[in-house]
Amino acid sequence: MTTHFPILSVLLWLPIAGGVIVLLAGRVAPRSVRWLALFFSVLVFAVSVPLWTQFNTGTAAMQFVENLPWIRTFHVHYHLGVDGISMPLILLTTFMTVLVVIAGWEVVHYKLAQYMAAFLIMEGLMNGVFSALDGLLFYVLWEAMLIPMFLIIGIWGGPRRVYASIKFFLYTFLGSVFMLVAIIYMYVKSGSYDILTFQQMPLGMTAQALIFLAFLAAFAVKVPMWPVHTWLPDAHVEAPTGGSVILAAILLKMGAYGFLRFSLPIAPDASHALMWLVIALSLIAIIYIGFVAVVQTDMKKLVAYSSIAHMGFVTLGFFILFVIFEKTASTSGTVMGVEGGLVQMISHGFVSGALFLCVGVLYDRLHTREINAYGGVINMMPAFAFFMVLFAMANVGLPGTSGFVGEWMVILTSMKANFWIAFGAAFTLFLGAAYTLWLVKRVLYGPVGNDHVATMQDISKREFIVLGLCAIPVVVIGIWPAPLLNVMHASVVNLVHQAVQSKL
Amino acid sequence: MNPAMPTIFLIIVLAPLAAAVIAGIFMRFIPRHFSHWVTILGVAVSFVLSVYVLWQMLYNSMGNFNVTVYNWGVVGNVQFQVGFLVDRLTALMITVVSFVSLMVHIYTIGYMADDPGYKRFFSYIALFTFAMLMLVMANNFLQLFFGWEAVGLVSYLLIGFWYTRPTAIYAGLKAFLVNRVGDFGFLLGIALVLTYSGSVNYAAVFAYAPQLAGQHMQLFPGLAWSVPTVICILLFVGAMGKSAQVPLHVWLPDSMEGPTPISALIHAATMVTAGIFMVARMSPLFELSDTALSVVMIVGAITAFFMGLVGIVQNDIKRVIAYSTLSQLGYMAVALGASAYAAGIFHLMTHAFFKALLFLAAGSVIIAMHHEQDMRRMGGLRKYMPITYITFLIGSLALIAFPGFAGFFSKDTIIAAVHDSQRAGASFAYWCVLLGVFVTALYTFRMFFMTFHGKERFVVEPGGKHDHGHEDHASEEHLAPGHLAHPPKESPWVVTVPLILLAIPSLFIGWLTIQPVLYGGFFGSSIYVAPNHHVMQRLTDEFHGAANMVRESVTSPALYLALAGVLVAWFFYLYAPQLPALLAQKLNAFYQLLIHKFYFDEIYAFFIAGGTRGLGNALWKGGDGVVIDGVLVNGSARAVGWLSGVLRRGQSGYLYHYAFAMIVGLCLLLGWLLLR
Repeated sequence: MTTHFPILSVLLWLPIAGGVIVLLAGRVAPRSVRWLALFFSVLVFAVSVPLWTQFNTGTAAMQFVENLPWIRTFHVHYHLGVDGISMPLILLTTFMTVLVVIAGWEVVHYKLAQYMAAFLIMEGLMNGVFSALDGLLFYVLWEAMLIPMFLIIGIWGGPRRVYASIKFFLYTFLGSVFMLVAIIYMYVKSGSYDILTFQQMPLGMTAQALIFLAFLAAFAVKVPMWPVHTWLPDAHVEAPTGGSVILAAILLKMGAYGFLRFSLPIAPDASHALMWLVIALSLIAIIYIGFVAVVQTDMKKLVAYSSIAHMGFVTLGFFILFVIFEKTASTSGTVMGVEGGLVQMISHGFVSGALFLCVGVLYDRLHTREINAYGGVINMMPAFAFFMVLFAMANVGLPGTSGFVGEWMVILTSMKANFWIAFGAAFTLFLGAAYTLWLVKRVLYGPVGNDHVATMQDISKREFIVLGLCAIPVVVIGIWPAPLLNVMHASVVNLVHQAVQSKL
Repeated sequence: MNPAMPTIFLIIVLAPLAAAVIAGIFMRFIPRHFSHWVTILGVAVSFVLSVYVLWQMLYNSMGNFNVTVYNWGVVGNVQFQVGFLVDRLTALMITVVSFVSLMVHIYTIGYMADDPGYKRFFSYIALFTFAMLMLVMANNFLQLFFGWEAVGLVSYLLIGFWYTRPTAIYAGLKAFLVNRVGDFGFLLGIALVLTYSGSVNYAAVFAYAPQLAGQHMQLFPGLAWSVPTVICILLFVGAMGKSAQVPLHVWLPDSMEGPTPISALIHAATMVTAGIFMVARMSPLFELSDTALSVVMIVGAITAFFMGLVGIVQNDIKRVIAYSTLSQLGYMAVALGASAYAAGIFHLMTHAFFKALLFLAAGSVIIAMHHEQDMRRMGGLRKYMPITYITFLIGSLALIAFPGFAGFFSKDTIIAAVHDSQRAGASFAYWCVLLGVFVTALYTFRMFFMTFHGKERFVVEPGGKHDHGHEDHASEEHLAPGHLAHPPKESPWVVTVPLILLAIPSLFIGWLTIQPVLYGGFFGSSIYVAPNHHVMQRLTDEFHGAANMVRESVTSPALYLALAGVLVAWFFYLYAPQLPALLAQKLNAFYQLLIHKFYFDEIYAFFIAGGTRGLGNALWKGGDGVVIDGVLVNGSARAVGWLSGVLRRGQSGYLYHYAFAMIVGLCLLLGWLLLR
């Protein structure tokens, strides 16, 4: 029963309601659409802040819980709650949505109300995914989330938007169908859709392995992990700026979040047995994709590939805990890897979002994403160059930026697991710098590249605000990640204990 | 314990940061002179307080400080903190760093006077100072790594400062990437330290170090490696990047693309010394591994000798000095490898003064020559710019270790230490550093004579067209003379005053400090030397005062090698200037090897840069494009399409098709029932 203010429900439904209102306003008062969208996104962000301020860091239990029966026949509940793992992701979502609304302000003209509404509705669904504690509710929201994104790419996307949106949809849908099967299987076994029940129910090794693989199919596509990553560059390239930002900042986190909420606690023994698979795929993501990113000629593709490589650190950080546990028979030192992966998720949300916004700023001016079309942009846009270099450095993982924290923690932890894992992961030091700074060199530096570049105007106040808002968390987390780590800690410790506790 | 000290440490690092932020963020709103005043003030505050700290340590016997500023992050029982370890090693470093930086700041007012990026430049160099101070004051590996990367970042920004020049931005990128290769090893080393000791705080790590000694790890199955050796070699790979040791040295000569003041800053105080400092700081770890120390020594020796050779054939005045930096860094590394850490740091200090002096003096020449850097277009400048001439001469004598000058005391100590060392590779290193003395003298005085003596190889054309001579890639010899609109003249006081202020320590710092720093137990507990690595101890027994050391130098081969080098330089470049070209022709293969800097750049460009791109393209087009998208994704789409095409035939809608299928099915079923 709910006695407190239903903050999670508000975070789920308020943006959806806002989206509907914006849609209606698009017919009645089209000029108010932007301000309405901004109002709702800021309001939702304001509502989400107490999640942080009133969060009890001392417990791993779910907080702000709401639990109502939804479909009694099938024991489906409307069950929401957050812990230290999901709460920061919700804040990330509400924060990035504000940015996306501002970023689309003067840029989007075609079906503006629908555009804004799509992002608001999306926001509600994403908040729901991060707070759902009922398997079916999670699944419904997970799939529902695809629809606005599909529309965003398909309607406001680039020339090959149809191919990209269908590829995106089929890829992710195919993966999640397996997840549905797994969820139904567990319902049949336990008689409940409650995720926390799933986590506690005993399961044999075969069942665990199948469940793990089913979830892996869903989550690996979303993260995305090699080799099911090829939808991402296409989707990013065709998506409008706002779509890319949400895709990179939030949607990619869904898969990684799924590993923590489902795979590790529900199928700990299978996770343990198949850890090498995930670790190998993570290292491939870091190294293979790092090489691929170097040779990209399209700015968005480059950032997209860099996202895949960075997400490799997330999955690596999660799964090395099993290697360490196997080696030392203790969980000490494993928490750092998981927390590093989580920080990497949050950081990557800001950094990759910001980089896509930067690409968007350039695209709005010259209408091309080809790196060769630029050159010497710093001469015309020094303020923009400042931000882009800052975010590039965060992408490189420079200490003092948020991008460093996760990589540092994951690499340090993987050394505890195995020298060669750390060795592979550390390739990012070189590759990350190579692709990011080579991009910066070709786009920003040098003499003014051509006549088009010569006409470019430096960022407007609006763009300054958007990039500036991104820069704040990037720097603050880099200088002082302790509060973020503190929020996660209890939940991660609990999770690690679940993960090493055999269910057999 | 002085309770105000932690605050003072904070001010030392934050003053340059605050100045950099003010000058950077408010760049558009503040006047030019404000940006230099605020940054100079910030660095001056650091310098004054650093001197105060050093003073307190030397004369008021202040102890070491190990203070935590804040908790960066806590994960379980691992604490990542930001804090300061200030002992005598640190106190010496911050004083040197802030002093050289202050000189560079003042000098920049003159050097960059006409540059449109004036304010940005001041912001960067103040930030550079901040980063280096954070590095040397760190009390843990996290902050060390922060400073380490931050100097890398600022050097990237500064080398590429003139961002419209393709060569400059290329050099900046190259510096960053090469350093990142070093960081690769460095980070793995730090990770190993944490894995074994369970902490990244120096105090805890060093306390644990003795337990590390006997431990082994298996990198390859069946092959046990000593853990301290692996850790120290990995850490040293980081130092090879920052301190530009072969084969990660390639970024340093290219860093000359940046404005001259930052060359001085990078080469003298802020960046390249980081690696040397780090090894000295980690002496409790390095002392555990003779193998690692041998590696340090041999790498240093190779750098010291072979990079000096390259310096002989350079024609760009700044590049000659750059190669001399490489070579001198090699000397420092050799000292570290011989367990003579104090000597290495001592050379770092003297080198900081005379190298900053040489760079700034070269900059003064470059201003006078209207941004001409090619020595083949200089000559005879001594009569135009006497202050620069004298100070450059002092710097040169210090560099070649002429008895009595600053470099003499430090370099001779290193040579003696290597001579005494019993470590594997020590005899190789000894010959390298000894012959290096000749090479150093040769390239230094070649540069000195080509610049300031001989006949003028430029034409003054009053009112003629301005020829800023930005590189036209002429042939190696027979370069057309340069054209100057005005005769060269001495630089303004903001340039010459730093030169004089740096010339003073280049003259005297060795005399004054060798006794206390090297032999008076100055470093105390900040440097740990294992009892059986007593190189410095033996030198201490042999040391009888600075004056004696100068007197004894007449019996050492080093002095005669240096004199021979000067003599050869004089012979080739003043007495018979036609000879070098002839010699280059005769020894063409060797000359080509040197002029191409042993082909490091070409090899890296082909294998590393080309290899990365080639592999990237192969994985992208082949892996992602053909295999995954082509075969798996679109292939499965096609497979589905084909399958549905096949299945569609089964649903033709013709009754006789269905009837036929039913009959066939029935026959099969019956047959199976009958025959089973």
